[in-house]
Amino acid sequence: MDYTTLLTIADSTVRLSIPLLCACLAGLWSERSGVVDIGLEGKMLAAAFAAGAAAHASSSAVLGLLAAIAVSMAFALVHGFAAISQRGNQIVSGVAINMLAAGLSAIIGNAWYGQGGRTPPVDGAARFGELVLPGAERLAAAPVLGPFYAEVVSGHSLLVYLALAAVPVTWFVLARTRFGLRLRAVGENPAAVDTAGISVAALRYAAVTICGALCGLGGAYLAIAQSAGFLPLMTAGKGFIALAALIFAKWRAWPALGACLLFGLLDAVAIRLQGVVVPGIGQVPVQAIQALPYVMTVVLLAGFIGRAVPPRASGIPYVKER
Amino acid sequence: MSAPIELPKWADVVLVPLVSVTAAFVVAGLVVLSIGENPVEATRLLLAGSLGSGEGLGFTLYYATDFIFTGLAVAVAYHAGLFNIGGEGQATVAGIGAALVCLYLDFLPGVLLLPLGILGAAAFGAAWGFVPGWLQARRGSHVVITTIMFNFIAATLIVHLVVNVIGEPGLTETRAFAAKATIPYVHELLAPLGIALPTSPLNLTFLLALAASYGIWLLVYRSRLGYAIRTVGANPGAAVYAGISPARVIMIAMALSGALAGGLAVNEIMGVQHRLLLEFTSSYGFVGIAVALMGRSHPGGVVLAAVLFGILYQGGAELAFETPTITRDMVVVIGGVVILFAGALEGLFRRLVARGLGVLRRVRAAAPRRAAAEG
Repeated sequence: MDYTTLLTIADSTVRLSIPLLCACLAGLWSERSGVVDIGLEGKMLAAAFAAGAAAHASSSAVLGLLAAIAVSMAFALVHGFAAISQRGNQIVSGVAINMLAAGLSAIIGNAWYGQGGRTPPVDGAARFGELVLPGAERLAAAPVLGPFYAEVVSGHSLLVYLALAAVPVTWFVLARTRFGLRLRAVGENPAAVDTAGISVAALRYAAVTICGALCGLGGAYLAIAQSAGFLPLMTAGKGFIALAALIFAKWRAWPALGACLLFGLLDAVAIRLQGVVVPGIGQVPVQAIQALPYVMTVVLLAGFIGRAVPPRASGIPYVKER
Repeated sequence: MSAPIELPKWADVVLVPLVSVTAAFVVAGLVVLSIGENPVEATRLLLAGSLGSGEGLGFTLYYATDFIFTGLAVAVAYHAGLFNIGGEGQATVAGIGAALVCLYLDFLPGVLLLPLGILGAAAFGAAWGFVPGWLQARRGSHVVITTIMFNFIAATLIVHLVVNVIGEPGLTETRAFAAKATIPYVHELLAPLGIALPTSPLNLTFLLALAASYGIWLLVYRSRLGYAIRTVGANPGAAVYAGISPARVIMIAMALSGALAGGLAVNEIMGVQHRLLLEFTSSYGFVGIAVALMGRSHPGGVVLAAVLFGILYQGGAELAFETPTITRDMVVVIGGVVILFAGALEGLFRRLVARGLGVLRRVRAAAPRRAAAEG
């Protein structure tokens, strides 16, 4: 395997891990505040549809992104209403969000465009094009690092850099600001936060709204950056792999980036190894590589390697003492 | 703590699901309206397509068979306080179990082969449910996350097996089972008796599903194990004091749940498809969640809810045929709304029902007084 192949794999690793990263950080915000969210998949799917439809209607990628974020936030608020205000079962609500998003995007897509649920292909200004970072062409000639900069670091769409920027922002806000401290506290011990005179519900609503925005970013990336339009069920379980990555990262921002890149790498390698015969091993069972993120998560959760402990109050509705 | 909302039993059993289902249909009607179709006409087509003909009814009960099994699977786990969203994966693995028996033991006579195939499905499904149960009981990993992961592992496992190991070369399915390894269709069975029924995929698995519902009712409400399951679900701490091991009950309930989900594979693989193919579960495992929530986790309620979803699936297919703008995804939306309303927003609806009943009671209490004052 030569250096060019490695660069190609690294490049597709970045591309494949971005939707995971968006959903993973979204889940991180929600679960750190104590709201379990297995509806990441559905929110991302609904957002992808909104992005495809809005970008097609307005010929503007930015409006597509905004529509994606708005729709995803609306779904997040439905989840928030059920989980926070109504103190309903958060798992049940997440399942409902996933089904609603899958059904609604397919029905509305079919009724509006009549193309089996997909949105019409978009191009030009309606898509996020690839940006060439300053100096990428000039540095490409430099040994080793030059091609790396030109191929892997440069040449992605704006949304990729937005998603990557969300990692330090998430880390900084959660670890270094008053809002972040309170948000983490509400996920560990909401009664203490309540005693300090801070609204538990307001903090959790803020968290699920941020979660919705990040899922919107991921959905928009899928529909109008990576592809040129929405396809039915295009999230294909990415929201669930993101959930696995979140557990793998033990609900922390920088490890989340690492976990998403790792799962993206597995995906990239699996695609590349499709049908390839490796000397000595024979044909690599691609399915084994695809199953690896899920198997690793199960093993990790079972405590066989390290221990993944979720925020203590996650999944438990907060009831004020009377 | 805020007091739980007390409701009369009949309101709890009938009114709360009814209100949430009605709300779900109102939402569905609004969706139909918003895409420019007539909801009344859509409902008429849906009912005519699912109940209006013998063929339609056969299809409706065939779908209901799938939903009875997946609904019971969710319900049994729910009684133990567990949320099993792994029905898809458990049914997938159960399909592998049934196929292995039907493909490789077909030298046996049919009278042995059929029960063995059903047992194979149940055993494989039970194993796929047991492992998350064991991980929750002994290793403390949450059953929801584990069952999600097991769904995906099962999905990759069946692709690997069918594409690389037991499938026909170049196809994504196995060879067809021998005729004796298939569960008879109802219309074929009744034809020699002079009863002519239209051709439909309804097969004897439907009776198995009804028997399973009765069995689960006996188990949950009339047996020692069922008592243990319900105690662990209501209060694991109290269960320990009652001499019940929650860990053991969790593992048993998850294995039972997985075995029930395996019924979906029996109906689809041995009853209709007669071969193992990919994605035969068609998200019916998730529909089972809606069925269980709507049926209040009671086997009788599950059967009724399963028939309702059978009507929706069969009627939805006919509706999609007549009205191209409405696809069968409508059923997924209705399922989602039912899950949201009957499950996550249950408290809201219970409060609405309680308030409605309170108003009624006050009106009824005021009426005789008014009559007395006037008289």
